[in-house]
Amino acid sequence: MKRRSFFKTGAVAGAAVAAAPAIWSEAKAQARNETLLIVNESPPNSMDIHGVGANRPAYEVSWNTHDRLMTYGAKKDANGNDHYDYTKLEPELATEWDLKPNSVTFKLRKGAKFHDGTPITAKDVKWSYDRAVSVGGFPTFQMKAGSLEKPEQFVVIDDNTFRVDFVRSDKLTMPDMGVPVPVIMNSELCKKHATAADPWAMEWCKNNHASGGAYKVERWQPGQEVVYVRNDDWKNGPLPKVKRVIMRIIPSAGNRRALLERGDADLSFDLPSKDFAELRKSPKLTVIGTPIENAMMYLGMNVNQKPFDNVKVRQAVAYALPYQQIMDSVMFGQALPLFGGADNKFKGVYWPQKDGYKTDIAKAKALMAEAGYGGGVETTLSFDLGLASTNEPLTILIQESLGQIGIKAAINKVPGANWRGELLKKNMPMITNAFGGWLNYPEYFFFWCYHGQNAVFNTMGYKNPAMDALIDKARFSSGPEYEAAVKGFIDMAFEEVPRVPIFQPLLNVAMQKNVTGYRYWFHRQLDYRQLAKG
Amino acid sequence: MLGLLLSRLATAIPSIVGVVVVTFMLTRLLPGDPAAYFAGLAASPQAIAEVRAKLGLDKSLPEQFVGYIGDLLQGNLGSSLSTGQPVVAEIATRLPASAELTLFALIVAVAIAIPLGVLAAVKQGTWIDHLCRVVTTAGVSLPVFFTGLLFAYVFYYLLQWAPAPTGRLDVFLSPPTHITGFYLIDSALTGNMEVFWGALRQLALPAISMAIFSLAPLARMTRGSMLAVLGSDFIRTARASGLAPRTVVFSYAFRNAVLPVITTLGMVFSFLLGANVLVETVFAWPGIGLYAVNALITSDYAPVQGFVLTMAILYVALNLVIDLLYGLVDPRVRLDA
Repeated sequence: MKRRSFFKTGAVAGAAVAAAPAIWSEAKAQARNETLLIVNESPPNSMDIHGVGANRPAYEVSWNTHDRLMTYGAKKDANGNDHYDYTKLEPELATEWDLKPNSVTFKLRKGAKFHDGTPITAKDVKWSYDRAVSVGGFPTFQMKAGSLEKPEQFVVIDDNTFRVDFVRSDKLTMPDMGVPVPVIMNSELCKKHATAADPWAMEWCKNNHASGGAYKVERWQPGQEVVYVRNDDWKNGPLPKVKRVIMRIIPSAGNRRALLERGDADLSFDLPSKDFAELRKSPKLTVIGTPIENAMMYLGMNVNQKPFDNVKVRQAVAYALPYQQIMDSVMFGQALPLFGGADNKFKGVYWPQKDGYKTDIAKAKALMAEAGYGGGVETTLSFDLGLASTNEPLTILIQESLGQIGIKAAINKVPGANWRGELLKKNMPMITNAFGGWLNYPEYFFFWCYHGQNAVFNTMGYKNPAMDALIDKARFSSGPEYEAAVKGFIDMAFEEVPRVPIFQPLLNVAMQKNVTGYRYWFHRQLDYRQLAKG
Repeated sequence: MLGLLLSRLATAIPSIVGVVVVTFMLTRLLPGDPAAYFAGLAASPQAIAEVRAKLGLDKSLPEQFVGYIGDLLQGNLGSSLSTGQPVVAEIATRLPASAELTLFALIVAVAIAIPLGVLAAVKQGTWIDHLCRVVTTAGVSLPVFFTGLLFAYVFYYLLQWAPAPTGRLDVFLSPPTHITGFYLIDSALTGNMEVFWGALRQLALPAISMAIFSLAPLARMTRGSMLAVLGSDFIRTARASGLAPRTVVFSYAFRNAVLPVITTLGMVFSFLLGANVLVETVFAWPGIGLYAVNALITSDYAPVQGFVLTMAILYVALNLVIDLLYGLVDPRVRLDA
């Protein structure tokens, strides 16, 4: 047995590991300055946003590597940070458009090319739109939300002119063409990889790009990293400042924070609220928190089950929640309150907004007695274990408060993979959940969450013909008529309170001080094109 | 020898068939609806039904099983929904990452545990024996994810000795040309010293945290087994005959004491493959454990089945290697017995 040699080699190797310097050549340091390193929790699962089950990180890849016809303008938010502006549609691949009551005609940018050098023409646009409305699943559903439903609506006039015919007048049609789904793909390249069974080349596009956007994917290691380089020939907007972007997956939140604090990573989204609250105090980092538009964390009650079929019980619950405690010890202040407004009425055409409920145990008890549940009642409170870091403390606080008014709620933890299925069944009596809509219109939120069409996000199973009439009216009207409808359904939602709004979450991002140009987007993914470093 | 190998392999077939059936059934029994999960945020019931049909989940269980077996026989483990890649390709790229980490950790553990155990037995009751006791107690009582996090905090965050825990290589290095999939070996073969050092630096912390954990059983087993052998008659005879203490300890005692150590080594190795999951999460190591956990969280059947199957085959192979090693180390062990 070579004990000595064991020790010797061990010692030598150990010393070498400790002594090996960080080998930064001149060129490397240069590369470091021109590269943006982003660390995130979850990886993209596809390079194709139309793919089955494409996840949020995949939207980010798609957003940065593809063009759309139009994009949104920008404004400054209350804190002076860049914020996309949903009221302003701006040119991207299309340079101008002519909006008529029954159609819109786009002029496409001359000289715009895909990454392989083929010019982008109207037939590519048509092919891409046809694909989005034909492949089924999420992309088709999202197109439908803007009344973009069938290929016949999309017409090629000439190489640089493209027309969309409307099936009905829908104010979401134009905004819906600026969301991540209707991307422009290289139709000839895709067709080369299409088969009879797979006419839209779904299989090939999963791992390959047929795009023409501001960034190209240089390397994709599924589950590990995506490396992008700038497309220097990009014509559809100002040339991005950052030459290379590396998105690395770091599963441990603690390490993501450590990387940021040590200056080894440039930017990260996915950190717990507590970390963001602490990082805000760090002199080395910039932390920007933007209220997520059209989103809320809420407590939902199943109105088709006892005792929550009784509006008095629902109101009692709304008066019993420990709102301020939730803000302080669950969210560490990283959210906007949606409770404690001056009254329980509509406050303007925006959503979410504060309702008039606040913690008032005496009033809650009185309402319970009025409802005939003075003697108490038992139920369960369910939450998604996939988002346990917020949900777990939240439900424990709620459980404690409800106990004070005689509602004994057992906590039911549902595994993340199971959550969607459980929501669909609509038989959980009480849940905490979050929902956010891409398009920032109150009626868009209400259409998903309160309408009697009973979409999966109407988690309360709430059906009220009066509410439906108001939502439908708001979708297809404008002016005072529209405002009256919005006022009508917001007042009704507060009074009937099938879901109790708790807070509006923030989209937090932490970055090095030398990273600038961050812009909030409704899709809550990062747009690399506006960022600058140095 | 070849005949022996084949008969050994034949006995492994029933266990592998069992694993295939059980994993198939278990993944289907798990609560959770992959169709609802993958249909996306705004899915309607009909969109979910479409996804279900696309995934083949609307068929009956026996039909799904027959399809699965058919694919399996062609070496096709299906595709992962959460990464979008074929499971075979993913396991092929991820297994070397896990194997490199586990083997490296094991080598470090053996390099420390065996000398420590031997010395503790030879110099029983001295400071080195106490050191051995302290190290092994600390080793078993510190879970891997804890030492991992602690090391990352101390050696990366506070002291900056270790590189950022960002996976197998620094962000600005490119992986070496693929030969074996082991970065250390590949970079050494291609003479790319920069990548070699980079990979070694990244490997150090996760490997050491795993080594600390596996060190304990190895050191204790070596010490115990050495003590038993050192107290036996033939050692007394050897000493009485005036053999040099080194010859007695290494040529006579150690060779006789090593058999239970090899058994423990096999157990520790298989255990380390499992413990990988935690270390991989802490150090963003793109290994097979992390892959399996992510797949479980999303009810992604194919990777879970592929992972369990790969592990089962690995265990079978490992047991075989250990059995063969016995024969080599100790002629008294008869494999065909």
